[in-house]
Amino acid sequence: MTSPLEQKKIKITGPSVVTANRTWDGAVVYRTAQKGWSTELADSAVVSTSDDARALLAEANADDVGAVGPYIAPVELKDGGKVKPGNLREQIRAKGVTIDLQVPA
Amino acid sequence: MPLVKQGRLTTDLFVHVAEGAELPGDGAVLVTAERFLADPEALLRRSGKLGVIWPNNRNVDDLVPYLDRLASIALVFPTFRDGRAYSQARLLRERHGYDGELRATGQILRDQFVFMTRAGFDAFEVKKDADAAAFAETMKRYSVFYQPTGDGRVTALNRRMQLRHSESASQ
Amino acid sequence: MYAYDELDRTLINERVSEFRDQVKRRLSGELTEDEFKILRLQNGVYLQLHAYMFRVAIPYGTLSSKQLRRFAHVARRYDRGYGHFTTRQNIQFNWIKLAELPDALADLAEVGIHAMQTSGNNMRNVTSDQWAGVAPGEIEDPRIWSELIRQHTTLHPEFSFLPRKFKIAITASEHDRAAIKIHDIGLRLHKNADGETGFEVLVGGGLGRTPFIAKTIKPFVHGRDVLSYIEAILRVYNQYGRRDNIYKARIKILVHELGIEKFAKEVDEEWKQMGDSELRLDHAAIEEVRSRFSYPPYEKLPHMPDELKQAAHDPLFERWRKNSVAPHKVQGYSIVTLSLKPVGGPPGDATAEQMDALADLADKYSFGEIRVGHEQNLALPHVAKRDLPALFKALDRLGLATPNVNLVTDIIACPGLDYCSLANARSIPIAQELTRRFANHDTADLIGRLHINISGCINACGHHHVGHIGILGVEKNGEEFYQITIGGRADENAQMGTLIGPAVPYAEVADVIEDIVEAYLALRDRPEELFVDTVKRLGVEPFRERVYATR
Ligand code: HEM
Ligand code: SF4
Repeated sequence: MTSPLEQKKIKITGPSVVTANRTWDGAVVYRTAQKGWSTELADSAVVSTSDDARALLAEANADDVGAVGPYIAPVELKDGGKVKPGNLREQIRAKGVTIDLQVPA
Repeated sequence: MPLVKQGRLTTDLFVHVAEGAELPGDGAVLVTAERFLADPEALLRRSGKLGVIWPNNRNVDDLVPYLDRLASIALVFPTFRDGRAYSQARLLRERHGYDGELRATGQILRDQFVFMTRAGFDAFEVKKDADAAAFAETMKRYSVFYQPTGDGRVTALNRRMQLRHSESASQ
Repeated sequence: MYAYDELDRTLINERVSEFRDQVKRRLSGELTEDEFKILRLQNGVYLQLHAYMFRVAIPYGTLSSKQLRRFAHVARRYDRGYGHFTTRQNIQFNWIKLAELPDALADLAEVGIHAMQTSGNNMRNVTSDQWAGVAPGEIEDPRIWSELIRQHTTLHPEFSFLPRKFKIAITASEHDRAAIKIHDIGLRLHKNADGETGFEVLVGGGLGRTPFIAKTIKPFVHGRDVLSYIEAILRVYNQYGRRDNIYKARIKILVHELGIEKFAKEVDEEWKQMGDSELRLDHAAIEEVRSRFSYPPYEKLPHMPDELKQAAHDPLFERWRKNSVAPHKVQGYSIVTLSLKPVGGPPGDATAEQMDALADLADKYSFGEIRVGHEQNLALPHVAKRDLPALFKALDRLGLATPNVNLVTDIIACPGLDYCSLANARSIPIAQELTRRFANHDTADLIGRLHINISGCINACGHHHVGHIGILGVEKNGEEFYQITIGGRADENAQMGTLIGPAVPYAEVADVIEDIVEAYLALRDRPEELFVDTVKRLGVEPFRERVYATR
């Protein structure tokens, strides 16, 4: 579990979610409001205050068997409430690599 | 904390005495290196058995004069990532001929048992009960060893050479 | 080829079953991630952006066709149909599921392949020259020693929890293809005045945040003493290497902080105390390992077969032959390098189909043997010259005959932000764009030998410091930027490159590299002067001017 000391440092500046990798297969997952994990960013619990972010992260950290390495990631909220990744790293995690793999499908 | 000694779960007869805490009048104790080095002779004259908890950043050469009178040396794994005590263990056993109890203390998991035994440990303060219970089974996991250490297990290379020898002898 | 015996196979299987148990305990919650992380790393399992990544060892870069086919199987069955060959004679699979890993390992174990110590703070895969055993002029096959050291350092009871990772590379040729000077220990095999085999031992090389070129700690260690000498180095490092800060934990920092003389003294003292230990290798022990390396039954073949004379009229064949085919120590044979750097492709990737097809070609033309080198290319080490034209046609169909070995498009790149959780910036798309810019083979030939190396962060997995041109991804205000260095090299004259100026944004990198290359073409004093030599002669200033004058 992340120590409370580390958690104190958490400060968010915009809408955020908690994301991690699922333990059994490594898939990218997002913490949901139902205290579970989903592979869909759309299902994620979006928080907008540092206190809520901290609480969501603490809850995610407590589920060490479900997912690995939870952290807070920025998102953008589009019109109509659609959630989009907030930076390139998260975009790559959500959508996959940006390159042509040349692997026959 | 369960103690595994010579392959079996046993009751720990030693009491860890913290730095500055009062020393019990008798009975087996494990004291800190500072306390030991402050007055080794007095401690060694005590009636109960004496062991020392030796930190992993201190040269084991300092212990050499006392090895035949110590009942236990506890080497420390602050986390199981920190492998300094493996070198200390081999030096104590293989270079300095220490043959008393060599115990591993700190974050001890079953996944280190084989390494530790090969390095010369024979007592383990195991963190989890399940790991302690799995000691014997874990020790059976490996039958092939590449390096010679003081534990006397035959190395793969030695086995190959023996095999060659017996093959050429039978031809 | 090295043949594992029953004991090696038993050990690998024992390791697989131990890992299976560890995975089971992790999935059931008996092991926390904090505990499991170290255990999985000791078996080559990282967690990346999208999934677990699985790194498998190819000791000293030698593979059999059977083993390569098994990689193809793992790629198909457990991953997404491809694998990535790294700069340290490993292959990585990017999409492995933890729950299936033990099965993948078991499948690999059947062909004598393992993932032991391919990551974590222990002795990594001992690498060697990919032309070992076939290069003309080689003193002796360095893989015998790699294998002796591999065995000695596998599941070592004293050195499995070092302060940091530890990498050894060995070369036995004048030209260092194993990059020994950027390793924790580099071994250069040579003979002493009495004709005995031994090693110049170098220590403390490495890249990453604080790059160092390795220094010579002993000019000659007798072969029989090489294990005990390495053991002495490791023992000093295990006890005194820093553990307070992971960026200062590599042996290079210890060597730097103590100074090479003091460090050497510590090692010598330890070595002396070890005395005539069991680690001394007697002749029989060395021969035991040597006897398990087999060499193909070469035929007596002409130096210049008719097939080759005829094919010389085909300009495409000739271009490929001149670029990718190297002399072999046996007359009538060649070493063929297979570029894994097709135009527009991710450097070092190979698909399962390519691996299978290549395994077939290796059976047909290279006694079933394949090699993997640190430039992220493959090689067929024993091709009869008469077969070169047929091989070329087959490779071309597979997309493995790009004639760009050692040229500007033969780019070494780390996975970068497309895969890696530590990355600042992407590497692969930069490499892809550069291969498109320099896609014209005539231009690439004109430019000549030029190594571009790209890393997505300061960990330097793409060896950017020692690239003739090095590209390092950094982050500025959430955007991808790249620092560019020139003049580095990784060979026997290893040297770090020099920064040419401020970092440039993603979209400008390819333009900047084009400018640098154009500057070189204008500045070189004759066509044979290599890029690195021009940089050495003129310094970075003329290049800096050219790049930043208009920016
Ligand atoms: C994709 C996941 C990878 C991760 C998380 C990773 C991580 C790292 C880290 C943290 C270091 C620095 C260690 C240190 O200096 O102490 C490092 C070094 C290195 N990596 Fe990777 N790496 C990855 C992939 C690769 C790949 C694909 C290659 C080969 C193409 C590679 C080759 C190397 C090499 C050669 C070094 C050594 C540089 C040195 O000596 O400092 N790595 N890696
Ligand atoms: S250099 Fe950095 S970005 Fe590239 S693979 Fe290594 S750790 Fe990842």
